[in-house]
Amino acid sequence: MLVWSRPGRIVLWVLFALIFGVLFLAPLAVILLSSLADQWNGVLPNGLTTEHYTDVIRGAAWNSVKASLITGFLASALALVSGTWAALSLRLQGHALKRLLGLLFFIPSAVPSVSVGLGLLVAFSHPPLLLNGTIAIVMIAHFVLISAFTFGNVSAGLARLSPDFEQVASSLGARPAYRLWHVTLPLLAPYLVAAFGLSFALSMGELGATVMVYPPGWVTLPVSIFSLTDRGDIFAGAALTMILVAATLVLLLGLERITKRATGA
Amino acid sequence: MSEAVALHAPAIRRDPGKFWIVPPAALLVLLFFYPLALIARQAFLDDSGVANAAEIFRVLHSRFFLNALINTVTISVAATAGCLIVGLVLALILAFVPFPGSSFIARLIDTFIALPTFLVTLAFTFLYGSAGMLNTGLMEAFSLPLPPVDFLYSTWGVVLAEVTVYTPFILRPLLAAFSLVDRGQIEAASVLGARPFRIVRQVILPAAIPALIAGGSLCLLLTVNEFGIVLFIGAKGVITLPLLIYGKAIQESAYQVACIIAVVNIALSLGLFGLYRFAAGRLGV
Repeated sequence: MLVWSRPGRIVLWVLFALIFGVLFLAPLAVILLSSLADQWNGVLPNGLTTEHYTDVIRGAAWNSVKASLITGFLASALALVSGTWAALSLRLQGHALKRLLGLLFFIPSAVPSVSVGLGLLVAFSHPPLLLNGTIAIVMIAHFVLISAFTFGNVSAGLARLSPDFEQVASSLGARPAYRLWHVTLPLLAPYLVAAFGLSFALSMGELGATVMVYPPGWVTLPVSIFSLTDRGDIFAGAALTMILVAATLVLLLGLERITKRATGA
Repeated sequence: MSEAVALHAPAIRRDPGKFWIVPPAALLVLLFFYPLALIARQAFLDDSGVANAAEIFRVLHSRFFLNALINTVTISVAATAGCLIVGLVLALILAFVPFPGSSFIARLIDTFIALPTFLVTLAFTFLYGSAGMLNTGLMEAFSLPLPPVDFLYSTWGVVLAEVTVYTPFILRPLLAAFSLVDRGQIEAASVLGARPFRIVRQVILPAAIPALIAGGSLCLLLTVNEFGIVLFIGAKGVITLPLLIYGKAIQESAYQVACIIAVVNIALSLGLFGLYRFAAGRLGV
């Protein structure tokens, strides 16, 4: 305990509550409130309604939820396979090459998402690699942006893994493929699930690259929210944002439960 | 510890495994590095494919580019400074003056990392916008004819939104660093009569410096790259490099100009990424 006097502590706690309230709590609360607001002329809404939710669900929202979930799932699954593959095979490289390649796999997380989208437009707008205007280019953009995070998470998990298990398996005569499938991957499982959850959440909220490359029939949630608020329909935008937040949180909590059950914690 | 064990353990056979890296590396090259190289190439070609290097100088000296560059750097530095201050205050209280439920609050702030960045901007519209709660409240209370608070549609609106979004990125390494600070040392110092402020300066801050540097450089990188917050505020005067790239490419179809700006933006980001890796690697965060 750093501050012993009770008044001193209370002053600090009030300061904390103030910062936390203004910066973190107020934005979330106000989004929730506005998504339920009926008419809003004064300081507080005049009444509450679920109309915005029924409106967006009847409107394009359902298609956006579907587009976001499918994009997020496929991009995260691909990033998980590729990131795990990269992290595992990087262990087989020499020290210098390992550092260099490890750095290269991290670079996509440092490049602005808009530029990633621009690059895909420039690269894949001409035959034979004509992907502009397809759903695939959205998936690729999301995959590129989240791949570094998956790779990072899996690498961190691998670094924490005790090498004993693998060595015991190997000295008992397990072949590399058997060892990978029955020893390494099960040990890595919690990190894989966490990596998948994080990349899914990132994909659900991705805007910069998507807005550059999305085709007309594949409007993800963030793009859809932007076009609603850009048109001045901010209440519907708030309702759709709440749907996005709820979907993301349900997904993350669900994955956390799966991990806990699997590891028996 | 486990690394030391790995060094002395007999190496698992390595020879045939060297080529396993090729598939994921090839995927990354095709989908990321090849498009990146094409951006650099396109910066030298006009939109009909003819070499035009003069355009580069025109863009780099243009008012819209310089404005966007200055805005990007100002916002990024101010937001990072804000994140460092807010993050430090919150982390100090959470770690050393804990209250019932403080670990739950820390986790709650942590989940902000997973939420879309534009959520905060949208919320700020309702809170601080011209028809927002704060302005309506002030206008009703003091019967003002016009909304008195209009910082939201300026650089400061973007900065405040980015402080909210990126403070968790400072908080996380700081809390990790603080959990390693010896509590006995602090109690000894305070029994010996040191005031809290002095303990913070002489005992706690030195332990936090690596986390502050690594978190700060990560914040610089993320705020330079931020797009959603600036797009959602939609203020005419607040254009940053990512927003300019989007405007040039999508709204004006001026691909060469967009690529020239993108090269500058990517170079800036990679420089900051280098700084972050250097800081994190050097300080062992």
